[in-house]
Amino acid sequence: MSEVKIKRRIFPDFVLGFSSLTSKGPSGWMVILGLIIVLALVIMTAIGPWATPYDPIKSNVGPIRAPPSPQFPMGTNHLGQDMLSRTLVGGSIMLQVSALSVLVCFFIGVPLGLFSSYVGGFFDGALSLVIDAVYAFPGLVIAIAVAAVLGPGVVNMALSIAVVYVPSYFRIVRSQVLSIKELAYTEAARATGAKWYTIISRYIFPNVIPSIVVVITVNFADAVLTAAGLTFIGLGVTYDIPDWSWDLTNGWKYLSSRAWWIISFPGLMIILLALGFTLIGEGMSELLNPKLQR
Amino acid sequence: MGKKVLRLSEIVKVENLRKYFPVQKSFLEQIFARRMRYVKAVDDVTFPIKKGEIFTLAGESGCGKTTTGRLVVRLLNPTSGKIYFNDLDITELQGEKLRLLRRKMQIIFQDPYASLNPRMRIGDAVGHPLEMHGLAKGEDKEKVVLDVLEKVGLTPPQQFINLHPHQLSGGQRQRAALARSIILQPEFIVADEPVSMIDVSLRTTIIDLMLGFRKELGLTYLFITHDLAVAKYISDRIAVMYLGKIIEIGSKERLFLKPMHPYTQALMSAIPVPDPKRKRKPIELKGEVPSAINIPSGCRFHPRCPDKKETCALKEPELVEIEKDHLVACHLD
Amino acid sequence: MIKLPLLEIDSLAVDYQTGRGRVRAVDDVSFRLEKGETLGLAGESGSGKSTLGLSIMRLVPYPGVIANGHIKIDETDIIKLPEHEMRSIRGGKVGYIFQDPMTSLNPVKKIGAHFVELIRTHEPTTSEKEALERAKTVLKNLGILPERINDYPHQFSGGMRQRIMIGLAIALNPSLVIADEPTTALDVIVQEKILELLESLRKIYGMALILISHDLSIILERCDRIIVMYAGHMAEYTTGAELHRAPKHPYTERLLRSIPNIELSDQKLSAIPGSPPNMLNPPEGCRFWPRCPYVMEICRLKVPPLIAAEPSHLVRCFLYGEKGAKIE
Repeated sequence: MSEVKIKRRIFPDFVLGFSSLTSKGPSGWMVILGLIIVLALVIMTAIGPWATPYDPIKSNVGPIRAPPSPQFPMGTNHLGQDMLSRTLVGGSIMLQVSALSVLVCFFIGVPLGLFSSYVGGFFDGALSLVIDAVYAFPGLVIAIAVAAVLGPGVVNMALSIAVVYVPSYFRIVRSQVLSIKELAYTEAARATGAKWYTIISRYIFPNVIPSIVVVITVNFADAVLTAAGLTFIGLGVTYDIPDWSWDLTNGWKYLSSRAWWIISFPGLMIILLALGFTLIGEGMSELLNPKLQR
Repeated sequence: MGKKVLRLSEIVKVENLRKYFPVQKSFLEQIFARRMRYVKAVDDVTFPIKKGEIFTLAGESGCGKTTTGRLVVRLLNPTSGKIYFNDLDITELQGEKLRLLRRKMQIIFQDPYASLNPRMRIGDAVGHPLEMHGLAKGEDKEKVVLDVLEKVGLTPPQQFINLHPHQLSGGQRQRAALARSIILQPEFIVADEPVSMIDVSLRTTIIDLMLGFRKELGLTYLFITHDLAVAKYISDRIAVMYLGKIIEIGSKERLFLKPMHPYTQALMSAIPVPDPKRKRKPIELKGEVPSAINIPSGCRFHPRCPDKKETCALKEPELVEIEKDHLVACHLD
Repeated sequence: MIKLPLLEIDSLAVDYQTGRGRVRAVDDVSFRLEKGETLGLAGESGSGKSTLGLSIMRLVPYPGVIANGHIKIDETDIIKLPEHEMRSIRGGKVGYIFQDPMTSLNPVKKIGAHFVELIRTHEPTTSEKEALERAKTVLKNLGILPERINDYPHQFSGGMRQRIMIGLAIALNPSLVIADEPTTALDVIVQEKILELLESLRKIYGMALILISHDLSIILERCDRIIVMYAGHMAEYTTGAELHRAPKHPYTERLLRSIPNIELSDQKLSAIPGSPPNMLNPPEGCRFWPRCPYVMEICRLKVPPLIAAEPSHLVRCFLYGEKGAKIE
């Protein structure tokens, strides 16, 4: 019941917070810019299917590897597919994968972090050791390993990325909880007879949220890039649905024949998406940090 | 549970209370170390608190007063010893019984900036105890909260109920914390340095509020402070602690009229007096307070004592009653 | 013979340009300090006393800026001084003791290194060996074993670290030392030792001292003259004895009545209602009027000027007329 109350409180906070972003200086503008970029790309991907001049998967709508022209503003690829159409709808997979991986991470990493650090003791020590071990691996390596085991597909890609990121959530949440646990207001709640789930849900979790927000945005950005990486190696989507990283992977081969447009536009979109999330994350961490200090 | 441990007038009693913290070791040390070292924060402390009185634990940092306060409200679990509340042995209380006990004993903390949840409105923070124990909800809860905010001087209460802690000053936050502590109508409150982080001009206000509640709500206080001047103003009885032990305990009048323990004397002589004409003669103490891991043998104060004798390094002195309502632990008597 | 003052401050104003508006932390402060004199700056949070101390060293942190007035040290106006000249004054002519000894020393530098850096920055011709010797002498005066010159800060207790801070402040024999809440983080017995040490060193080297504290007791005990600050203004400025005997500003009067005195029995302490003002939006007129028991109509409208109610007793309050007589 208290969870519902929290959501109702947080929501108006966010709405108010959003409108006040403009007054918060350069960090606020960073967040706004990032949000605009991300939202623009999401909307583009959403209405893409109705806006494409040509069918993105239909081959030979135009000459093969044709440079940008009025008819094909972004040129065509080696299969004669229109790059503009493919670019408009190509973000769908990436967005799905990153959103899914963030969701999985959040619902695994955050509760684990909360419980482990609140309980403490041997359990916490042992779990931290395991998590740190995972964290020590380079992200892409783990993603590749997991993806190789699971196989291709959107869900599997999301899971591979999730494994990489759970440690980040866990560690950040844990370090926050450890310090908040010692603060007087948590002790006061204990002293008044609060049950453990009340303490975690109303005293600890709401104060941990600011730091999680930053991790979420970094997670998104990194997920986008890791998804591109997985597809590049061939562990991502293999069937031909329009996808920026798929085009990137294939267009790569044609750079030497001067068909620069095949990888440039999808590549640009990937960069923009990652950039958008990163801007949000950077801006938010700057905004939230001074407040965290008091 | 049938044996009466407390006298009729006593509400809290602490017996041979000890709290030892194991010294943090690295992983390797934990495997290879021979014996554990402990921080003996509280080392055999015994005292009763009478109903309705203000009992003060005084001493410098590291003496164990804060730890004792937390032990009494069971925020920490004692290493050994017993705690009694209203004739009930609460040392090992767990679960629901402990929760019910919490309604009767409360604690106020030192740092007004850390004692309120920054994400909760004042109304919610102050009213949360009522919700926790299922005593009042919604409108009823709000009525009680408004009433208690009025009592602590946060007026108009309708305005303060919707504010967040960062919108309040330090003094106001401490009042809110005070409101939260009395809303369950407890019998006993531990006040851990409640005014040391508050501006000087506001301290008297908070102290007066606390004194007022004692009368109005029939409260008993365990007051913890390092400021003997405040202790003198507010207390009925005082216990001076040094390195985990009570070295002198008695009524305020006796203690301040004739402090017997050399440490108490030195402590009192070091307190600045707001009078430029007064020529204080502070008693010099050698060295500094040793670490609670390596407590000196015999009387733990002997390395610094200006009047020490031979026995002081060998035997630990017991608390002995030297006059009515005045006990001292020292070999010099 | 007219003594030239060591420090002369004239109509000083210091502002903080925060995101939420301009805060005038120090407003119209003027006073003189003679050689060897002790001045106490008493006040609570928001009074501006710390900012005032920092501004004498031109160390007011961003976004603070000295908005108005003059600060003259030995006849030199330091506000306009180029940075490299100011640097030689800091530590050289004026020493500063910070509040928190736990974080004011560099944890990865030995104590000796702290002194060497200080000495050689101001006197570059000194060799490291000479600097270390001088440091050892200072440590001896502080009551610290000279061999500990090779220890790190974490090997010292809080009280000893504060002594080291004092040592660093006086090592170059400054004419003025500013101590900003030097004992707030320390226990009372250590506090006594530190203040005694400061006093004895001051006498030996003939330094002037500005003691900043919210603890009126230690200020009354140890300072020749006292300025009581309230919300950025000088509320009262006189000798310690006079302040205690006959405080004129209602704030000072009430403050003295709210401090417990351990040597008195059966004290009746009275509280000051209200709380210190929000400096982003201070009250119109006299900043103390919302809490003042003697408030008059004019207090809400105009800021009272600082007048000499008696020679060498300045007070900023409309209760005292032009000639200094108290208006009832």
